[in-house]
Amino acid sequence: MAEQTAHPTSDPQQGPPLTTGTAQPLSKPDSAVVRDALGVGIAVGLSGFAFGVTSAGAGLTLLQTCALSLLVFTGASQFALVGAIAAGGNPLTAAAGAFFLGVRNAFYGLRLSQLLALPKAVRPLAAHWVIDETTAVALAQPDRRSVRLGFTVTGLTLYVLWNLTTLLGALGAEAIGDTNAWGLDAAGPAVFLALLAPMLRTATERAVAGLAVLLGLGLLPVLPAGLPVLVAALAAPAVLWLKGRSLDLATERFKRSEADGGRSERSPRHEARIEPVSTTGTDHDTAAPAASGTASAETPRTDPETRRHDSQKGEDR
Amino acid sequence: MSIWIAIAATAVGCYLVKLVGLLVPAGALERPLVQRLAALLPVALLAALTAQQTFGAHDSLVIDARAAGVAAAALALLLRAPFLVVVAAAVAVTAGVRALGG
Repeated sequence: MAEQTAHPTSDPQQGPPLTTGTAQPLSKPDSAVVRDALGVGIAVGLSGFAFGVTSAGAGLTLLQTCALSLLVFTGASQFALVGAIAAGGNPLTAAAGAFFLGVRNAFYGLRLSQLLALPKAVRPLAAHWVIDETTAVALAQPDRRSVRLGFTVTGLTLYVLWNLTTLLGALGAEAIGDTNAWGLDAAGPAVFLALLAPMLRTATERAVAGLAVLLGLGLLPVLPAGLPVLVAALAAPAVLWLKGRSLDLATERFKRSEADGGRSERSPRHEARIEPVSTTGTDHDTAAPAASGTASAETPRTDPETRRHDSQKGEDR
Repeated sequence: MSIWIAIAATAVGCYLVKLVGLLVPAGALERPLVQRLAALLPVALLAALTAQQTFGAHDSLVIDARAAGVAAAALALLLRAPFLVVVAAAVAVTAGVRALGG
């Protein structure tokens, strides 16, 4: 399930017989919702194999690897944890990094709780499935019934497959022996890159990524394993702060207009950039997710950013 | 044993943040700054992790076969390959470079 997000929002256009053009249908046949959900769930679920292999390669036992997929069930955090453990990091620092990556799920939950309108008793159960992909599918649905159906089918498919493929991957890695000889240590960073690419939309995101790369690599030789990543996370507030300063003038102007009943700190510019929750999920320019697979990988906008990200790494060397 | 502690801490922490989103009254987390930060935090973490796992070797930096593999993944992303293809490209190229003695 890794947090790579399919782009289910484009799915409505994918089912020509069921929906017409880009007009949002008032309701959507259950079969169309299930098809969207299965497409995402199956494609992403299969990538649990990469996690199983990576985790086993990092030295975790079969039981530990499966426990992660069963209990944590949020891909980026799982990859981060086993990566940090493989690098010899302190377990708690490793867990902290994984935790911070999982924090965005709280914001998905916030959005989903309005859409799903679940009874209080069901929420603790539903919570486990609040991840990028279920959010992306749910947000793409036109009404509550479809939202619930999409969320449930995606969650169930993904949970079952992700755990099965994790098990297979871990077993496979044990059979293989030295996973590094097979290049499997490159699976982790490739997964992260695929998750990252579609997030790099504006200059702000790229600045954050660039600064985080510098901090992460620069501090690696200096700080104990695991800590550099946590320090690199500070790139996010740092860039926001710097940007806030550069916007001071604009804000000043808006404070003045506040008296007229304008909304204070939200300059239009600011507001336009707020992409809440589903930075990865609600994007959709492509037309092929369910069929061809998953992935963030398919956002066309990733192109220049990925290139840039890549060259940034080059420069850091 | 300590790995189990890390697993337990991650599992509990990750579950609780998921639950908080569903339980918290709408509005509490909706301040623009909080939202912004939540969106940018994964960017910073993923960027740092990508770089470290590509170039890190315990407490030093190296350029080895992994760099070639991750570059291949980046290329696959540019070509809009599906997620699994991206990962497979990284793995295959890394293995290939190693096999050639890289």
